[in-house]
Amino acid sequence: MVNAINDALDIKLKDDDSVIVYGEDVGVEGGVFRITEGLQKKYGADRVFDSPLAESGLVGTAVGMAAAGLRPVIEMQFSGFTYPGFNQIISHASRMRNRSRGKYPMPIVIRMPYGGGINALEHHSESTEAIYAQIPGLKVVIPSTPHDAKGLLISAIESNDTVIYMEPKRIYRAIKQEVPEEKFSIPFGKANILAKGNDVTVVAYGAMIREVQKAMVLAKEAGISVELIDLRSIYPIDRDTIAESVRKTGRIITVTESPRSFGVASEITQIVTEDAFLHLEAPPKRVTGFDTIVPLAKGEHHYMQSGEKIFYEIEKTVKY
Amino acid sequence: MFKEFDPLKKKTFRLIDNSGKVINTKWFPDLPNENIVKAYKDMLFARTADMQTVSYQRQGRIYTYPPNYGQEAIAIAAGQVMRKEDWMVPAFRELGALLAKGVSLKEVFLYFMGYEDGSIYKDAHHVLPMSVPIASQLLHGVGIGYEIKYRKKDEVVFAFVGDGGTSEGDFHEAVNFAGVWNVPVVFIVQNNQYGISTPFRMQTASDGIAIKSVAYGVRGIQVDGNDYFAMQVALSEAAKLAREGKGATLIEAVTYRKGAHTTSDDPTKYRTKEEEMEWDKTDPLIRLKKYLKSKKLFTDKEEDKLTEQYKKEVERQFIEAENYGPYPIEDVFQYHYEDMPQDMAAQKNDYERFLKWKEARK
Repeated sequence: MVNAINDALDIKLKDDDSVIVYGEDVGVEGGVFRITEGLQKKYGADRVFDSPLAESGLVGTAVGMAAAGLRPVIEMQFSGFTYPGFNQIISHASRMRNRSRGKYPMPIVIRMPYGGGINALEHHSESTEAIYAQIPGLKVVIPSTPHDAKGLLISAIESNDTVIYMEPKRIYRAIKQEVPEEKFSIPFGKANILAKGNDVTVVAYGAMIREVQKAMVLAKEAGISVELIDLRSIYPIDRDTIAESVRKTGRIITVTESPRSFGVASEITQIVTEDAFLHLEAPPKRVTGFDTIVPLAKGEHHYMQSGEKIFYEIEKTVKY
Repeated sequence: MFKEFDPLKKKTFRLIDNSGKVINTKWFPDLPNENIVKAYKDMLFARTADMQTVSYQRQGRIYTYPPNYGQEAIAIAAGQVMRKEDWMVPAFRELGALLAKGVSLKEVFLYFMGYEDGSIYKDAHHVLPMSVPIASQLLHGVGIGYEIKYRKKDEVVFAFVGDGGTSEGDFHEAVNFAGVWNVPVVFIVQNNQYGISTPFRMQTASDGIAIKSVAYGVRGIQVDGNDYFAMQVALSEAAKLAREGKGATLIEAVTYRKGAHTTSDDPTKYRTKEEEMEWDKTDPLIRLKKYLKSKKLFTDKEEDKLTEQYKKEVERQFIEAENYGPYPIEDVFQYHYEDMPQDMAAQKNDYERFLKWKEARK
């Protein structure tokens, strides 16, 4: 996935001189996860560079660059470091288009590694996609494979709206996949059906896809057929694909690693309640983190969703 | 100039005194008389508009409004220095500068009446909408500055903030980024002595704001913000250096907010009449008028005539804004994204169905 993201940045830097990539340590070092490695050398220090260590400064200057016609792609070192820049995101990046009645679109991409499972320090493990999805004016996408990482990032950079591009850092280097070398894009708002099935629909995204796939091995042994939907785009959300699947299976489980209440899983539950009410054979289930802070490394396994845990919930829902 | 008035020397750049007399000939600008007269007329227009808007607000014809009076010299000088291609990044108390950039008074009225359309600035070039979150706009100015430098354009950014805003982190991040990136930005701090009710001494223990530029490695200067000539020169010099690739300048314009913070606020609660009268002596209009009269360039009679004319013009634009019409449902939704998301479109349709139902019940 690291290579795929780097590749997408490389393609867009080459293709469009209004693309500017900057953030903390993204220049010479290539970012703490090496996502931007080699890009400064290739495109020069006026297009790929280190910013002072200030997240509000990062987002705020990106708003200005976008107003002046550039396409800044900025990196938040970790999603948990974004909060000092939150005011610029919620007060300006997401609002400037509406405030100026379309005069100043905000073609900004805010990349941020998110999620747990890497034994990191505090503030390095949370999943905050629901917070961003609640903000009018933003788009929020999360890839689960190298292929999608590339296609979604190219779409994000080409989008004239601000995109929160969240990277599941736990699987940065976990999946090997052939990715087309040429430029391609994946449209926002389109989920991807990864596996067809009849008994239960499971919706997930990011690093949770891999955990659901582990659960599906157990489900298969138990004779349960799972339809797996990779959401890919949190907002806008692909309600049609979800509802259509549930009209077939009658059951739905959403797996996220964010807190449960007021989250993406709750939103999906509401979508199927509205659009597939008469087809439901079991209550929609949310398999998520707790409404707690992600525990530090030694306690994190209690919080994270595993294949086994997801299978446990699948079995309960199917037997309901 | 920036050397002579280095903020560490604790000097204030001032060219005329309260009686309108030139006190510094070395830096006094060689401006055509008509420009100086125009500056006064523009200040008078801004003040007339302000006074009238406050009275409209009292009549319940417009919502909350932040008056500018007392601070006109800063905005008018900036308005004269800014070129068409230059960027203006306003806070929300720069009426004269907005008008100079081509924003119409009608648009300003629309904004404060509750129409986003008031931020379109149809005939203005390179002006960002007013920014309510304090000091956050300064970073936008720095980002624009980066684009100017990257594209090698001949443009300068004029970014405004108040004294209260200098306590915000974004002020410091903006000046710091501007220093590191060496971008063509002129920061203008309107130090009007109050952040709503909080006096300047409660904002910072430092000796003024200009001195903060030293730590960020950018030029800084403290200017008498009620002296049109001093503001004109300081802004021109800062813009000239910015155009030459010499980076940012922080201008502290010392002034006094003669009115309330906004029409929702009552200054008698937190400041004395004596203090107000002391600052009245430095009023930018009175000072410039005294200068003009001493040069026989302007008379009270002209002022009376102009004021009447301006009042009518303000009234005309206000009434146009008042008659702007209803707020279409589309306008709630259509500007958020390039393409309206499905859910948002469904919400709009639901609402329209409700309105039809409501209409049918009548």
